[in-house]
Amino acid sequence: MTVALASFREFVIGQLNQLGAMLLLLLDIVKTAFTKRPRWRETIEQIYKIGWQSQAVVIITGVFTGMVFADQIYNQFHKVKMDTAVGPVVSVAMTRELAPVLTALMVAGRVGAAIAAGLGTMKVTEQLDALRAMGTAPVNYLAVPRFVALLLSLPLLTAEAMFFGIFSGYLVGVDMLGIDQAYFLTNMYKFTSAKDVVSGLIKSVFFAVFIGLISCYKGFQAGEGAEGVGRATTQAVVVSSLTVLIANFFIAVLFNAIIPP
Amino acid sequence: MIKIEGLWKGFGATEVLRGLDLEIRDGETIVIIGRSGGGKSVLLKHLCGLLKPNNGKVLVDGVDIVLLDEQELTPIRKQFGFLFQSAALFDSMTLYDNVAFPLREERRPEAEIHKRVEESLTIVDLLQAQDKKPAELSGGMRKRAGLARAVVANPKYILYDEPTTGLDPIRADNINQLILRLHDQLHCTGVAVTHDMVSAYKIADRIAMLHEGTIHVVGTPEEIQATQDPIVKQFITGVGDVNQEVQYGAATVH
Repeated sequence: MTVALASFREFVIGQLNQLGAMLLLLLDIVKTAFTKRPRWRETIEQIYKIGWQSQAVVIITGVFTGMVFADQIYNQFHKVKMDTAVGPVVSVAMTRELAPVLTALMVAGRVGAAIAAGLGTMKVTEQLDALRAMGTAPVNYLAVPRFVALLLSLPLLTAEAMFFGIFSGYLVGVDMLGIDQAYFLTNMYKFTSAKDVVSGLIKSVFFAVFIGLISCYKGFQAGEGAEGVGRATTQAVVVSSLTVLIANFFIAVLFNAIIPP
Repeated sequence: MIKIEGLWKGFGATEVLRGLDLEIRDGETIVIIGRSGGGKSVLLKHLCGLLKPNNGKVLVDGVDIVLLDEQELTPIRKQFGFLFQSAALFDSMTLYDNVAFPLREERRPEAEIHKRVEESLTIVDLLQAQDKKPAELSGGMRKRAGLARAVVANPKYILYDEPTTGLDPIRADNINQLILRLHDQLHCTGVAVTHDMVSAYKIADRIAMLHEGTIHVVGTPEEIQATQDPIVKQFITGVGDVNQEVQYGAATVH
């Protein structure tokens, strides 16, 4: 019992230490972003890698989520003769929940892994030490451009997923399942507001902060050798994804309390 | 001048440096020898503040860099060139961009950067490989490229971490020649850590032996070669510990 308590205590202290170190890294990133000269070249390069190159994954996610969602909703709503409600349900779900969360999860998998693996490899091959030895702070040169690129890219990717999700839901609903186009669109406009879109986009900003911070932290803290880099990469993806899913609930509750739907 | 006073450094329960004292004079090349895993690289990383000690002082031109934060260390670090054991070239950049990196960080004019990079690459005989990525280079070429990057900004101090490890004797000798040539041309202070005694005798003005976390002995290469100290003698002649072997042998028989 005592052993179990001691190991639980150690685990809690370890987690709190990590959380504290992550908050310090976040402060360092924010301070550096506002006080040092902007690194345009590195930031644009990261926007290309993080934002532009993630588009295919995000579009495919949005399209197939919208399609399957429309089909499943139709099959349930058809039983109670509410076929024309498929449009608003798909659009509200895509804008408020599915697009921000699924885009963040896909980006956490694709980009979070790449960030942690890249920074981790740089650490174990002494490239981070080389940067510091030349008077360049790794946070300034590596973390800030990735963080800024994620902050700019994730809301845009989320908007892209929203559009393709709703559009593919429309195609399935109207062209495949035969829902009346006019009712589908009218109801969709009627029940979807700007608030839904904005809340989804604001969520994506929070998710960008979580993914950027966790991935950079795990990369910078990678252990020795290939095993250390592998572990850092796995942890970056798992912790980012879980944080997105858990934080999503609390952000949603908070938004609903502040701005009722 | 770099002066190290009472340097203690531990990682967890392992104490690597135990109250180490050493003075590095301006203009000399000092080689720190010692067993693998004995803390030579750890000592080198303390000289430019890449590691913080648990206790002690590292005085660079009279400034105790242990007390400085990362931002305050920046101007100090710009006086250093560091050749890492693995060369630590940036994978994503070409050789040219790697060598140009310290100058670009100082926002020097591109024409000056071009001239200085070409000069550095010429010294290490890698001008023809300037467009290659580090992954396309051999171990020896990477070491030379690392050396070019370490010296491109005309540092006052150059730190060499195992400059010849992993190279064949001819490549290793090329690196030694390069270090000597750079020392003559740039008149900088060099600190090298190595367990390659051929390299140590060739490039050192003084040799210091790190043993059990402290500097066991310091002297010129001639003094080190002539010493009767059993620990130094055993290290420089490369004879294994006979007692340990006997014990191991006995344990194996039983």
